[in-house]
Amino acid sequence: MTDVAETLLEVEDLRVQFGSVDGPVKAVDGVSYSVERGQALGIVGESGSGKSVLNLTLMGLTRFQGARVSGRARFEGRDLLTASDQELRRIRGDDIAMVFQDPLSSLHPFYRVGRQIAEAIQAHRDVSRDAALLRTVELLELVEIPSALERASMYPHEFSGGMRQRAMIAMALANEPKLLIADEPTTALDVTVQAQILELIRRLQGELGMAVVIVTHDLGVIAETVEEVAVMYAGRIVERASTETIFSAPEHPYTWGLLRSIPRLDLPRDVPLVPIPGRPPSLVAPPLGCHFHPRCPYVRDAHRRNDPALEHVPGDPGHEVACLLPAETRRRLWAQLRAGKEPAEARAAVGMGGASA
Amino acid sequence: MSDALVEVRDLVKHFPVTRGIVFQSQVSVVHAVDGISLDVRRGETLGIVGETGCGKSTTARLITRLLEPTSGTIRFDGEDITHRAKRHLKPLRREVQMIFQDPYSSLNPRKTVGSIVGEPFAIHGLESGAQRKRSVQSLMEQVGLNPEHYNRFPHEFSGGQRQRIGVARALALRPKLIIADEPVSALDVSIQAQILNLLRDLQRELHITLVLIAHDLSVVRHMCDRIAVMYLGKVVELADSDDLFAHPRHPYTGALLSAVPVPEPRSARRRRGRQVLRGDVPSPTDPPAACRFHTRCPKCQDLCTVQEPPLEAKAGGNVAACHFPLTDAEAEQHLPGLTASGAGG
Repeated sequence: MTDVAETLLEVEDLRVQFGSVDGPVKAVDGVSYSVERGQALGIVGESGSGKSVLNLTLMGLTRFQGARVSGRARFEGRDLLTASDQELRRIRGDDIAMVFQDPLSSLHPFYRVGRQIAEAIQAHRDVSRDAALLRTVELLELVEIPSALERASMYPHEFSGGMRQRAMIAMALANEPKLLIADEPTTALDVTVQAQILELIRRLQGELGMAVVIVTHDLGVIAETVEEVAVMYAGRIVERASTETIFSAPEHPYTWGLLRSIPRLDLPRDVPLVPIPGRPPSLVAPPLGCHFHPRCPYVRDAHRRNDPALEHVPGDPGHEVACLLPAETRRRLWAQLRAGKEPAEARAAVGMGGASA
Repeated sequence: MSDALVEVRDLVKHFPVTRGIVFQSQVSVVHAVDGISLDVRRGETLGIVGETGCGKSTTARLITRLLEPTSGTIRFDGEDITHRAKRHLKPLRREVQMIFQDPYSSLNPRKTVGSIVGEPFAIHGLESGAQRKRSVQSLMEQVGLNPEHYNRFPHEFSGGQRQRIGVARALALRPKLIIADEPVSALDVSIQAQILNLLRDLQRELHITLVLIAHDLSVVRHMCDRIAVMYLGKVVELADSDDLFAHPRHPYTGALLSAVPVPEPRSARRRRGRQVLRGDVPSPTDPPAACRFHTRCPKCQDLCTVQEPPLEAKAGGNVAACHFPLTDAEAEQHLPGLTASGAGG
């Protein structure tokens, strides 16, 4: 069970397109990655990078929206994309569970919280209602909700934001899933509550030995919770590495941009913020060549035509990047950026979002 | 006169909670802002931080007089504006402007950018025709928008660009004070920095006094000269930005600091297992007696449950409302790794 080297989820060249009046929207555009048993993976990206659609697709939740899905997604050998709805219902909520961003809209307002959790248990296990409710109280205790018995008979509106998210996590854990997908689990919460929830997820991952995929836009959340990170941009993974490496030796200019654009409490106050110029591209007609090239300060002519593949970084088998710059150049640039210098080859003016739209 | 542009004294705002439609009866009171005193100095950037429901947005709406205070006084530029009647507020509106959180709902979708940014001129009967158009276009240029987009509608712009429109509108009348209520929290990370830099540059260039309300401590630290930390309708700590982050004195400030996730895996690991604040913020309809933080405070003693601590100067120059402020050693534990690894970076 706890064999760490075993692959739990393997996604290969996953593509998801939605129809729109302007043409197909390429929300996910050829994504491949894998999750090992018990591993914690972070997927980081901005809105429109495809990180949520990717996970919704794995759960079969984009099936009815006129989505065109291709590629493969194997979970313990079963292909999630070709599984029948019935099969998927069995996997969903049992082997794979998901926690969403907004706990209030994920809970049904008319039913007591305990009953909703019990329902998740009874959907997958042949147990009596009483047994399910008993298990519910246990789960609420597991996620540290005080006076769990009374809380189980309350309605979602009587819960605070943090408690609702705990209840959602309890529901996700109901059937001891092997994989928990948390999509922006703390974005709607205050910092002190966020710290509680992140600690809870971390503790449960350790205790229950489940794999966790955390989807977020917050690099701080990534640093605190996961061991591996995939950075997504315009429907693709542009860099993947261990958390340590992403922060200490990132290789993709987009990752550099993200790291330099956030104000940080652990650096001196006068470190200037360097925004990424421009804005995320249209997914209907993404830029030719490297999708990041219109915003990249180090773009070369060839990058406007050639599309980079996700390749191993020389010298580090656990580090992949999709960038056409030579590895030595990337390392030299990052060394300069890290030392607070602006590399000479950065284009002076990459069209600002306001002026060029 | 004093160097304070805004002086707030014992400001209180209570919202009644009523039941019934025809025969309304008041069942309780939400203590949104409950006796806060602070000054906003000319030319500074003052940050107000706190969690949901701490009263930071209500404070902003009181200072701009979008809300009527229950009691206390607000003086703007030496004049008492606490209970000024609505019809006399128009001159104040020229001096005080606001930037809102949501760039989608704060712009009228049926109006062009030109008329949105030009509306302050129309309301105050300033400039007209070609001259107004010129002013609006130069404002658009100033905030990094293309002046040729004068006739476009808000939906044609991205979130970051819409927030620039909001900034241009706030700047139109050259106000003395701009209050920005969570100006970047609806934006993507890579866009946030664009707007923060814009606000900072404009503030320096035009010598505007800025009040920045945010829940994100790293944003507030980056932008502000002084910071007020609010908890359940009270200011619990007020200090220069550097002092606040070097040695927080109020245990709540400490807890907030240690809760912020730091994008640095090494210090993040070191901070694992740190003290996390338990429970939720109590309801503002029935706030705890005496010190409002005592129900969650790790340093709580008997005194804290009976006597409310005054806001007073503590070691290092911070002003805090606490009977047992954090010592330097205790404060150190909450800091996100500035000392050990980050300072050299």
